[in-house]
Amino acid sequence: MTGETKWGCTHNERQPVSSTCAAIWAAPACLPRVSSIQLWWATRVHSPHHSLWSLQWPSTRLSANISPRFPGSQPFGSVPLTPVVSQPTVLQPYGPPPTSAQVTAQLAGMQISGAVAPALPPVGLGYGSPASLASASGSFPNPGLYGSYPQGQAPPLSQAQGHLGAQPPQRSAPPQASTFTSPASGGPRMPSMTGPFLPGQGFGGPSLSQPNHVSSPPPQALPPGTQMTGPPGPPPPMHSSQQPGYQLQQNGSFGPARGPQPNYGSPYPGAPTFGSQPGPPQPLPPKRLDPDAIPSPQLNELPPQQKTRHRIDPDAIPSPIQVIEDDRNNRGSEPFVTGVRGQVPPLVTTNFLVKDQGNASPRYIRCTSYNIPCTSDMAKQAQVPLAAVIKPLARLPPEEVSPYVVDHGESGPLRCNRCKAYMCPFMQFIEGGRRFQCCFCSCINDVPPQYFQHLDHTGKRVDAYDRPELSLGSYEFLATVDYCKNNKFPSPPAFIFMIDVSYNAIRSGLVRLLCEELKSLLDFLPREGGTEESAIRVGFVTYNKVLHFYNVKSSLAQPQMMVVSDVADMFVPLLDGFLVNVSESRAVITSLLDQIPEMFADTRETETVFAPVIQAGMEALKAAECAGKLFLFHTSLPIAEAPGKLKNRDDRKLINTDKEKTLFQPQTGAYQTLAKECVAQGCCVDLFLFPNQYVDVATLSVVPQLTGGSVYKYACFQVENDQERFLSDLRRDVQKVVGFDAVMRVRTSTGIRAVDFFGAFYMSNTTDVELAGLDGDKTVTVEFKHDDRLNEESGALLQCALLYTSCAGQRRLRIHNLALNCCTQLADLYRNCETDTLINYMAKFAYRGVLNSPVKTVRDTLITQCAQILACYRKNCASPSSAGQLILPECMKLLPVYLNCVLKSDVLQPGAEVTTDDRAYVRQLVTSMDVAETNVFFYPRLLPLTKSPIESATEPPAVRASEERLSNGDIYLLENGLNLFLWVGASVQQGVVQSLFNVSSFSQITSGLSVLPVLDNPLSKKVRGLIDSLRAQRSRYMKLIVVKQEDKLEMLFKHFLVEDKSLSGGASYVDFLCHMHKEIRQLLS
Amino acid sequence: MATYLEFIQQNEERDGVRFSWNVWPSSRLEATRMVVPLACLLTPLKERPDLPPVQYEPVLCSRPTCKAILNPLCQVDYRAKLWACNFCFQRNQFPPAYTGISEVNQPAELMPQFSTIEYVIQRGAQSPLIFLYVVDTCLEEDDLQALKESLQMSLSLLPPDALVGLITFGRMVQVHELSCEGISKSYVFRGTKDLTAKQIQDMLGLTKPAMPMQQARPGPPQEHPFVSSRFLQPVHKIDMNLTDLLGELQRDPWPVTQGKRPLRSTGVALSIAVGLLEGTFPNTGARIMLFTGGPPTQGPGMVVGDELKVPIRSWHDIEKDNARFMKKATKHYEMLANRTATNGHCIDIYACALDQTGLLEMKCCANLTGGHMVMGDSFNTSLFKQTFQRIFSKDFNGDFRMAFGATLEVKTSRELKVAGAIGPCVSLNVKGPCVSENELGVGGTNQWKICGLDPTSTLGIYFEVVNQHNAPVPQGGRGAIQFVTQYQHSSTQRRIRVTTIARNWADAQSQLRHIEAAFDQEAAAVLMARLGVFRAESEEGPDVLRWLDRQLIRLCQKFGQYNKEDPTSFRLSDSFSLYPQFMFHLRRSPFLQVFNNSPDESSYYRHHFARQDLTQSLIMIQPILYSYSFHGPPEPVLLDSSSILADRILLMDTFFQIVIYLGETIAQWRKAGYQDMPEYENFKHLLQAPLDDAQEILQARFPMPRYINTEHGGSQARFLLSKVNPSQTHNNLYAWGQETGAPILTDDVSLQVFMDHLKKLAVSSAC
Repeated sequence: MTGETKWGCTHNERQPVSSTCAAIWAAPACLPRVSSIQLWWATRVHSPHHSLWSLQWPSTRLSANISPRFPGSQPFGSVPLTPVVSQPTVLQPYGPPPTSAQVTAQLAGMQISGAVAPALPPVGLGYGSPASLASASGSFPNPGLYGSYPQGQAPPLSQAQGHLGAQPPQRSAPPQASTFTSPASGGPRMPSMTGPFLPGQGFGGPSLSQPNHVSSPPPQALPPGTQMTGPPGPPPPMHSSQQPGYQLQQNGSFGPARGPQPNYGSPYPGAPTFGSQPGPPQPLPPKRLDPDAIPSPQLNELPPQQKTRHRIDPDAIPSPIQVIEDDRNNRGSEPFVTGVRGQVPPLVTTNFLVKDQGNASPRYIRCTSYNIPCTSDMAKQAQVPLAAVIKPLARLPPEEVSPYVVDHGESGPLRCNRCKAYMCPFMQFIEGGRRFQCCFCSCINDVPPQYFQHLDHTGKRVDAYDRPELSLGSYEFLATVDYCKNNKFPSPPAFIFMIDVSYNAIRSGLVRLLCEELKSLLDFLPREGGTEESAIRVGFVTYNKVLHFYNVKSSLAQPQMMVVSDVADMFVPLLDGFLVNVSESRAVITSLLDQIPEMFADTRETETVFAPVIQAGMEALKAAECAGKLFLFHTSLPIAEAPGKLKNRDDRKLINTDKEKTLFQPQTGAYQTLAKECVAQGCCVDLFLFPNQYVDVATLSVVPQLTGGSVYKYACFQVENDQERFLSDLRRDVQKVVGFDAVMRVRTSTGIRAVDFFGAFYMSNTTDVELAGLDGDKTVTVEFKHDDRLNEESGALLQCALLYTSCAGQRRLRIHNLALNCCTQLADLYRNCETDTLINYMAKFAYRGVLNSPVKTVRDTLITQCAQILACYRKNCASPSSAGQLILPECMKLLPVYLNCVLKSDVLQPGAEVTTDDRAYVRQLVTSMDVAETNVFFYPRLLPLTKSPIESATEPPAVRASEERLSNGDIYLLENGLNLFLWVGASVQQGVVQSLFNVSSFSQITSGLSVLPVLDNPLSKKVRGLIDSLRAQRSRYMKLIVVKQEDKLEMLFKHFLVEDKSLSGGASYVDFLCHMHKEIRQLLS
Repeated sequence: MATYLEFIQQNEERDGVRFSWNVWPSSRLEATRMVVPLACLLTPLKERPDLPPVQYEPVLCSRPTCKAILNPLCQVDYRAKLWACNFCFQRNQFPPAYTGISEVNQPAELMPQFSTIEYVIQRGAQSPLIFLYVVDTCLEEDDLQALKESLQMSLSLLPPDALVGLITFGRMVQVHELSCEGISKSYVFRGTKDLTAKQIQDMLGLTKPAMPMQQARPGPPQEHPFVSSRFLQPVHKIDMNLTDLLGELQRDPWPVTQGKRPLRSTGVALSIAVGLLEGTFPNTGARIMLFTGGPPTQGPGMVVGDELKVPIRSWHDIEKDNARFMKKATKHYEMLANRTATNGHCIDIYACALDQTGLLEMKCCANLTGGHMVMGDSFNTSLFKQTFQRIFSKDFNGDFRMAFGATLEVKTSRELKVAGAIGPCVSLNVKGPCVSENELGVGGTNQWKICGLDPTSTLGIYFEVVNQHNAPVPQGGRGAIQFVTQYQHSSTQRRIRVTTIARNWADAQSQLRHIEAAFDQEAAAVLMARLGVFRAESEEGPDVLRWLDRQLIRLCQKFGQYNKEDPTSFRLSDSFSLYPQFMFHLRRSPFLQVFNNSPDESSYYRHHFARQDLTQSLIMIQPILYSYSFHGPPEPVLLDSSSILADRILLMDTFFQIVIYLGETIAQWRKAGYQDMPEYENFKHLLQAPLDDAQEILQARFPMPRYINTEHGGSQARFLLSKVNPSQTHNNLYAWGQETGAPILTDDVSLQVFMDHLKKLAVSSAC
């Protein structure tokens, strides 16, 4: 019990290196007949300090399950797999929520390792689905099948009732859960799931779950040759060859019932922003959404054998919520001190303070692993990508100090002569301080006389703590003129606002709104330090088919407009008076902004140009010899005759074909060329799109993407509805601190080297990341590869140097240093990984992949890589155990669920309503997201609002993103960094409805409402406060959408319940986990 | 009968016509032997205060190929109400309006004193005059200021309903929209890119209103004002706007680095101006007024690069084919000029700079369209300011002295054909029966377009006698020529001025004396000079001189009285006596001599020479020199170095310059301040007299001449010294042994030497 306690009890104890956590959920082969699969804790895992979570099915059972003909299948059904069922204690969760202590204690024995030892069990857990292990196991050997069980396999009625009995107190039975509902409630509704035995169908295409797993290697390996003792009999292992068999079985009940894909094609009427929502599958029986539908009479009608199916208990598999909560509890209180090499920082979801003691804060750099394999062989074996997610200008919480600025005088920052690395805490001073050895390349350098300092007895410079560059992980150097373009100190940057004034923009009210807002916004241009006034100059351009430049020189009484119609050969018509200081020219600017909406009020021009606009802005900056940023407000596909003219090439038919990638590729190379010029000039482009229809985001975003800019998209913009969101984004975007004309270089210790980069930037060679602009939200992900051996002693160092022009026009170098450990044991690697970062990297990798490969290939690659990572762990680090066990490293236990989220994201698996533009938009968004953003983007936060007492000031604990977790008597907030939903259960108390919406009943709530009424009651205040605080956490304003249960908008909402099977064919968490397991097993065998 | 001199003068006053020969040799052969071609100088719009226009339309000959206009020379049968065309002899019925016609009740056009008559056409829409300012902003601050003031001033001089437009240029070209309230708008064009008219109109959005036009159907008349309204506005409407706009006009803001010329996109600016008018107001009277302060340095039509260290082309460069941009630029401006001429608009060039501004390349713009060309040192000089003001001067009727979009048609009787014209015109390429195959000047047509003209614009028109020697003209026969000038009067009326003249035929063998006596040597000199200058544009200078010399020698051989091989016996009759002298001065004139002149100056001089009337042209060929002294009233003196005397004040008028030169003694007196002493008041008056006279000339002349006040030994005295006949030079000073006059430091031959040679060659039988 010692070992069990250690890992099972608390996560507090996880920290000690010695603690061991391992969960093995396995059904030993010997158990079969009775309790087909059993779950228990593996008391020990070979290496300490990582918890294992394992899933094991006896192969015999599997085969039995899979093939209904197999006589053995019957028993399975009768024995639920969940610990809940097999062990009395497990029932606990169904009861009134136990205290955390209790639960941990109770669960310790049988719960799944860290994953399930919840300090506070998620609310939903209790009612959760008694997933039948049997069903899960059944699917297991069947690639493509898991996740979908025919009704016929629902557990016997009695079983279901048993479950139900436990549930009554809360009626939130899991009916909503699409895939993994409990046998009882879910069973009857089964049609929504792909028939488990639809293998034929599944492979054939219609099965939704299939796409995810198509690539998975056939599980054939399992039955025949594996170590598993599976009964040789009905080699269910399946694969296409098996189809006939299953088909036979399935056809009767499910074949026809299962809606083929086309059924999902019905466009969802919801907002296009969320267009990715899959439509409701037609074949859903009406009952499906009935929260009260618990047992269904249908069950009775099912053939007995089909009732035998059991499912994996969703509560039993690793829960992101739990992991997050645990980390929060364990690590949120203490500051994270960066003095120790190779320390894994707390999760991004945890609030913690950082103390810089020589390594860069995780806010600047996060790595996939903090322990790097010493050799490339090891790295290859593990397949764990070595990557760092770097956010060089990250904003810090007010409690933390921003990097100190160091001035090394005229000679410039001190650097290694050979590798040019900058002075950092890891440089070794030798010979009494007269020389230093570079920590990156080992070159011995002389210390310049003015920098000389004596060493103390430990060989440290006496002044080490006086100098940020010798004691901190992050700091800045003042750059000398050598670091400037043309050897000239830069002039302060400029902002140019370029406003589409075509018919659409005028009609939607955008222009008026924007001009009005700019008048006040211009007072808040970013400034540096304590300066009174921003150094940034501004300029204005409007355009439709032609461009209008404005002379707003302070000496003028009225602004002057200069029209340039020669869009084919863009140029800047004026120099003096175009870029002005806001305060000097305020009167003229105000007059201009007043007049712009009037001047174009009667416009009939619908055509716009695009590339010439960027070109113009860039030329203007070039003429003014400064860097800067263009804010483009654009409405439509640029079809006017001009360079960069685009045509509508949107073609949904290309989805799932080899040509799908063309949807992500720019239509013309012109924009790349343009972007290149922009980068050379330090011209960053932020694009605000207000499309009413297809605008080809893939092409339009090329320049923002390559220049380090942002793209904002407001589909079908209406002032009334979208004003707040747009203005908020605009304010934030204009005010945020930006570095211009930046070059980033990542240097590493000899042995590894940065080989690949992801993000919004341009690279003209293989090492320098060129960023026309870089703000505090933009992240660059860097992948490393070995080119030599690393030394375990000295570890591996990263130094990220960013040369940029501050918004006051000062040229600076920001340096971030990070020391990592190196290992010769794979186990060390696995113990120091960070799944969130890994997912960030993998998502970016995949999202870039879709440009060049079919989406399916990209998905397969991801799955394979993930399987390889886990298989390698299984093989090399986990204790020898039955191959039927799924053992996940503690640090990566969320990898499957997160990866599944990535796989079913709109880019990789679009639903019928996801427009091409949405996909391209999301694709480029993700490219520069940081770890926290990707985390919540892929696995949205679902916060129950009415569960915790109103008085509690803290954010309510999140629940898992699954329909099963929703109770129809509650209200939930869901956010993923872009979208914000307020889901209202159908049977929410009237009082709650009243105090939140100011209407008397559920039915009176306006569906799709985007603003909550301001009411003076605690609940309303709390919810609105929560919404505000959520918005404040995100870099983009999230527009609220109120979704009523069973309303048509709910489909939109459900799309974000990522643990469920998605309508576009994305697998449910459980299904995917099973698939993953199968993949791993295949690799192992 | 009056003398020929009086006859000639009378004709000139009445018809604005001066013929080289007032009695015409009756056959082709004889005509060619006359050396000087049968030709005339025609001033189509010569001011005739005594000639009120008639308010009806002319009566045309019904023969389609003739269409001559009823004139006093026509035979009229009053009873039958018929008239016979004197050109084609077609008999024509009078129109119904003429039913009351009789010997005593004649319409004006039949009265002999109305050999020149002007008709006002009532038909057709009247379109307002258009003035499009094209303003260079790459000027020095005070220059720009002066220019802005002049332009603002000009707004008050324009007819109130005239349309104005403004294009400014520097590195970019801006077309200003004048109609807008609040924000001033302008369309900007890159100065380096040549655009087609279509592109320009597209970019200015001039082609777009096609849609609204369809909606508001009622006819195209409405369309025009609409289309143009943004860029061309009636002065009275946007007077204030434009004044403000001009007031706010800034110097070109683009930085000019050390050692560079400002980038000036004159070529594109002009191209846009032309394109703008072409698209909006074709065939309407319009002036494009280009104000430039330097050479075009970029884009199409660039004349010199922006590197100051590379000077602008000189004649030397051109001779050595070293002018990189000249050909291309010339081609560009020629293309523009031709387009402008086709549209009936004219281009004025006001170039004020110390250095050259590329007039050489741009000259055709003014030359082909009848525009003005003004050259000065700065916009901040009275030369420019007054010249510019004078453009808007008004005649006795209060009408502007300008006319637009004229076509000149020349009809001849059968014995004559039209060989060509030289003047500010372009050919309309109308090949009528009276067009000669031999071309002199712009030939091959009997119609020309003169887009802009004023009362002094004068064309040289050359004819060919085609009558064969063996088919003589009947005794007493007269040849007739009709000049029909249709134009848009400055009051926007369309008018037709018809001048019909007739001269007697004479047999050159029997009546050579008659012909000789009727020779108009002044007209002949100018007409020959025009031919020479016309040739000089395309031929090498020496060739032209040789040609002129040969013509002169042949003329002397034909009409001189001499004994062969005896130069001393050579005599010329009175009617020829001055001709050789004119030729002598012509040979030395800047029209043919490029030495000492920049290419721009040559172009400028030639431009004016090709359009001024006879008197002015003669002044240009042979400047007038007046002498003031205590010895008597001012007197004209020989343009000779011997006239430069110490106790004289000289006033020289070369048309382009007015030079007042104080002789050595006078200058010393003045220096001593005698003029301020009451007892020497007469000296003060003496000093004042030439100034007053000069002022008189300055008042009347367009363009304003350069006014030079200098004295003996002054550097500006070179203007005088270069013009006078170098009868005394450093070579012959002592040989002559005279004390009077001033030696000229030149190797040029003097008139005496020239005449000696001429005599020698004329009497020689060798040539």
